[in-house]
Amino acid sequence: MSTTTPASDTRAVPQALTTRTRPKRPGPLSTTWTFTWRALLKIKHDPDQLYSSFILPIMFTLVFTYLFGGALAGSTSDYLQFLMPGILVMTVIMINMYTGISLNTDITKGIFDRFRGLSIWRPGILAGALLGDALRYTIALVVVTLLGLLLGFRPEGGVLGVLGAVLFLQLFAFCLGWMWNAAGLVLKSPESVNQLSSMVLFPLVFASNVFVETSTMPGWLQVVVNVNPITHAVTAVRGLTGGTLTAEQFTWALVACGVLLLVFAPLSMYLFRSKSLR
Amino acid sequence: MTAVEPAIETSGLVKAFGETRAVDGVDLVVPTGGVYGFLGPNGAGKTTTIRMLATLLQPDAGTARVLGHDLLREPDEIRARMSLTGQYASVDEQLTGAENLVLLGRLLGFAKADAAARGEELLDVFGLTEAAGKQVKDYSGGMRRRLDIAASVVVTPDLLFLDEPTTGLDPRSRNQVWDMIRALVAAGTTVLLTTQYLEEADHLADRVAVIDRGRIVAEGTPGELKRSVGSGTVHVRLADPAQRGDAETVLARVIGGEVHRDADANALSVVSSDLERVGTALVELSRAGIAVSGYRLAEPSLDEVFFALTGHPADVDEKGEEAAA
Repeated sequence: MSTTTPASDTRAVPQALTTRTRPKRPGPLSTTWTFTWRALLKIKHDPDQLYSSFILPIMFTLVFTYLFGGALAGSTSDYLQFLMPGILVMTVIMINMYTGISLNTDITKGIFDRFRGLSIWRPGILAGALLGDALRYTIALVVVTLLGLLLGFRPEGGVLGVLGAVLFLQLFAFCLGWMWNAAGLVLKSPESVNQLSSMVLFPLVFASNVFVETSTMPGWLQVVVNVNPITHAVTAVRGLTGGTLTAEQFTWALVACGVLLLVFAPLSMYLFRSKSLR
Repeated sequence: MTAVEPAIETSGLVKAFGETRAVDGVDLVVPTGGVYGFLGPNGAGKTTTIRMLATLLQPDAGTARVLGHDLLREPDEIRARMSLTGQYASVDEQLTGAENLVLLGRLLGFAKADAAARGEELLDVFGLTEAAGKQVKDYSGGMRRRLDIAASVVVTPDLLFLDEPTTGLDPRSRNQVWDMIRALVAAGTTVLLTTQYLEEADHLADRVAVIDRGRIVAEGTPGELKRSVGSGTVHVRLADPAQRGDAETVLARVIGGEVHRDADANALSVVSSDLERVGTALVELSRAGIAVSGYRLAEPSLDEVFFALTGHPADVDEKGEEAAA
């Protein structure tokens, strides 16, 4: 009896342990919501990660608008109207990679094993995290949009157009998030997920129409840019906020989302179940 | 399913990682109730075996029944009645202790209020009430361990896997964890515990399997294992230290082997498990006029057992083992 902290009175333990009432197994929705709640708690406890995700889009907005904007579009104000929709897409993408990093952290730290050892609806683990991310996107999009408005961004599409863009970006990020889930399941450490995402994201963001019109580029580059799903997302957001969206543009954006989802969601679920999992 | 069915029964379990056969044909019967110790050095295959039995890793070959259910066909039935506390604390470091337990409670199907009440109850018995609102990343190793075990018993499992539950803990925290394991067993949970500490197996386990290089090399109660190795030690205590030289001569003649002069000037010890010779030696000492004030037969330690069974000490690390192989 060398343990004498009053709180760890072991005689009280058996009483707490004889309650074997096992409640009914929760359904998919309840499980997903519980994991969403967990994701929200993480935002509450560690908001720094959220703050740091604003910095890059804000820097890019300022640098591109005031440094290159005049040269690129004739006036900084005209360029800002062009740039802001692209920056909104970039904002979401930058937060998006944390999906993979936090999944990988769960695996390497061991809590993933605890979840896998439970009799639960397993896709809820991933789905809940993605829903929690939706709140991050919303917060970040509001902050970046407000900054844009402050600098002189005047979306022709009005409030409805901007809301439509936010909704579309939620869908796009949800679909793209599966790519990071797959990376989070395969790679060895949260750091390597971070490295990979930086290596993939920067080329993808620059080889798109985020910063300049595709038509200004050489033909071979236009081919690359046009298969980049980010390009279609930017076109859709530009169309929504500008009130000029065509059915064709929107269809292509949905196709981009669909392709990402169809490739990476099944891949993630396969890796998730795979026995080769550490 | 009857009451006498073992909690775990495996036959020829194999798991290979590339060229390495981490688990190489494990046959195991873990009776229902009590603590079953799974003893072996780092890299012996303990964790791999336990992860297979806890449905986290698919075996390459072999079969297993856990709590009466087939491991491969009914993993969800097994998951509903067992918990695993892994080697690294499997709780969410960013969440508070209370939030961790509510999270588990909700996933097990408790309503929010019930999950919170159950969480408070567990925090109390595990001595974590004061730290309930702190993020787990600020917990000490012992607190983390206790929270980890609490998370495993939100609904008391019928079978609890504990993978090296006391590795890295100070003696006080280790004793706390031991107390909790005993309490769980008293409440009817079967505990399968891996450890590389022979002392831990000796203190807690009703039965022990010794695993080395993916194979079970011995199985039985701690007492049986010690007896199977044989060499106990006889400690003799003399009334008069001046007679130690004479006593040494008598013991060496009757029992044989090397007689050890203990630090205590009255004491001698000699390795033997032959009770008849020990008896004869005591009579011979008396005949020679040497007064014995006491004697004691000590069983071999599990450390000695491990060495005898595997030919190498228990505390080799993975690298040492590879070098030896």
